[in-house]
This record gives sequence, structure tokens and C-alpha cells, in this order.
Amino acid sequence: METINAEILTLTYGSIVRQLISDYEDVDEVNKQLEKMGYNIGQRLIDEYLARSKTTSCSDFKEVAERIAHVGFRMFLNTSARVAAWAPDGRSCSLILEDNPLTDFVELPEQLRGLSYSNILCGVIRGALEMVNIDAECSFVRDSLRGDDATELRLTFVAAAPEAYPYKDDD
Amino acid sequence: MFSSRTQGGVVDRSLVRPRVEVNLSTFSYLFSELIQYCQARVSNIGELERRLDIVGFGVGVRLLELLSYRERSSRRDLKLLDALRFVHTTLWRYLFGRPAKDLEQSNNAEDEYMISDVDLFITKYISVPKEMGHLNCAAFVAGIVRGALDGAGFPSRVTAHNVAVPGQSQAKTTLLIKFDALVLQREQRLPSS
Repeated sequence: METINAEILTLTYGSIVRQLISDYEDVDEVNKQLEKMGYNIGQRLIDEYLARSKTTSCSDFKEVAERIAHVGFRMFLNTSARVAAWAPDGRSCSLILEDNPLTDFVELPEQLRGLSYSNILCGVIRGALEMVNIDAECSFVRDSLRGDDATELRLTFVAAAPEAYPYKDDD
Repeated sequence: MFSSRTQGGVVDRSLVRPRVEVNLSTFSYLFSELIQYCQARVSNIGELERRLDIVGFGVGVRLLELLSYRERSSRRDLKLLDALRFVHTTLWRYLFGRPAKDLEQSNNAEDEYMISDVDLFITKYISVPKEMGHLNCAAFVAGIVRGALDGAGFPSRVTAHNVAVPGQSQAKTTLLIKFDALVLQREQRLPSS
């Protein structure tokens, strides 16, 4: 696997976020745009994940979350997340990021309090899961950039899209 | 505006840290999104390159600061050639893991310099469609170089070009650096050492 210095990714991402802020001048729009970019990335990234990780399909949502936290984050950000705080029905959980490479060198000024700086990650997860027929929602609940003590993503299972095979040929 | 809200903020952390690697694909996905984002907002290739350049500029200014502190023990270059050497060697090695292939002065203008290299990872997974002819997404790298030079007090115009190399199928990327007139005027006033 070819790698680059993680700081280049960090600085590039920061520069992109700054560009979005100056283009949209509205924090909510920026959050939305970042999520959208992430969604596009997720749809493409899942292929690489499946090819590289050589895993079999997950049997339940718990396994999905574990794989994202340990295999996915490791593969693409060289860090890992902790899965915690499962809802009793097993349909939502938290991914707690010990270390978020995207936010190195970053500090949010007061007037950007509403910015979900790493929102692109939510989009990536949503986009990637959609490609394996899982509708999920993902959002930040805590962000160390906003002064919280940790960075926490809430991942919620919505529905499993039914698999629609084109059975026509061999009815 | 930039006051640190939390104790132990970002400026209190050491800049010297172990180098962490990250999957090149992650960068490529992000860069591809940046290009698509920019492309949706421009009407021609020149504008697209300018937008990539602006985003690169933000990276370059910060890299100058980071590398000056980290690798050059807070030293900053005053002479034009030293500044170029910083780009060609220190900055390039940081970005691409090796110094750039060539650093040359233009034959026809004394304020123009060229840095050339092949196989920049930035453009590794990019294939430019025919109708977009001379687009070179290394405009982003041009922006980084422009940012680093500008931050060091060498305002310039930097553009990225594809240059065919005789006998090789792959074109090399040449960054053409044209310094502001005031840089050369200052250079002449500086005592040569």
C-alpha cells in the first residue's frame, strides 16, 4: 500500500474546509457540503475496503460497527475508533475517535462554533454503507475541536435495503 | 479571534512528532472531490487551475512555517536562490520523499525559474480527458510553492505545465516560477555573500 505523510492530508483538508467557508459563508451549508463530499468518497472507497480487507460479509450491525472502527479507520486514516454506548435495541452506537488526524494543527475560532469540522467522515461512512445495502445515519455528537473531551460519532442503523437481484435470466 | 479557548491548545503542542503515514488513496479521494467541487464552479480550465492553486496556497503558507520551525531550526532564507533551494529540497522532500529532479533558471528571463519532476503522487490517479487538454492538477502543487514563497517574502506567480520529455512517454510536470519585480530589486540591494 502506497502511503503519504498524514500531515499533507491534514493540511489539504484544512485548506478545503477554509475554501468552503469562504464560498458558502454559512456554517450549515459547509457542514452539508462536507457531508456530501464524504458521501461521494464513501461510495468509491468501499470498493477498496472490500478488496483490501478480504473480509466476509457482516452478520449483524454490531459487526459492521466494529469493522468500521477497527478495519476501516485503520486502513484509510491510520487510526482506530472505539465502539461504545450501544442502544439497547442494538440499532445505534458511538464511534469514539481517540485520535483524529484531520484535526491536527486545527483550532476553531469562536464564530465557527457550529462547524462540524470533520463532517466529511459522517458522509464517508454513510456513503460506504449505502453501497453494501445498509441505510445508516451518522453525525457528530462530541468534537474535541469544540472543547469536548472526546470526539464521538453517532452511528444509527435505519434499514437494510432489500437486495434486488435481476433474477430474470434463470427463473 | 485566534485566542486559544482551551488550555493546552494547538500552539502548545510540540511540532516535533513521529511521522505518521496515511493511505495515498485517502488523499486521492479527497483531492478528487476538491477537483469536482472546483470544476462545478468554473467555466474554463484556467479558472479551475486558479482555484486549485488557491487551495494549495493555504497549504504552502502553513508548510513554510511548519518546516522552518521543524527542519531548519527557525531559520528563514533571505536570498532568492536559497528560497528556491528550500522549495526544491526541503519542501519537495517533505511532500514527495525526494528532492525535485531539476531546478533551473529560464534562458530568456532572469526572474523566471523552473522546478520539474515526474510522478507526483498528487496526480497519480488522475487521467485528464482529451477535451481538457493541458489541464494539470499539479496546479495544486504550484499553489503550495507559491504559498511557501509568498510566506517567505518572495511573492511570485507559479504555474504548472506538462512538458513532453523526448524519448519518454510520460510528460514531466514543470512549475514555472516568475518572481515579482520587487523581489529582484531587493535581491540586487542585498550584499552578495
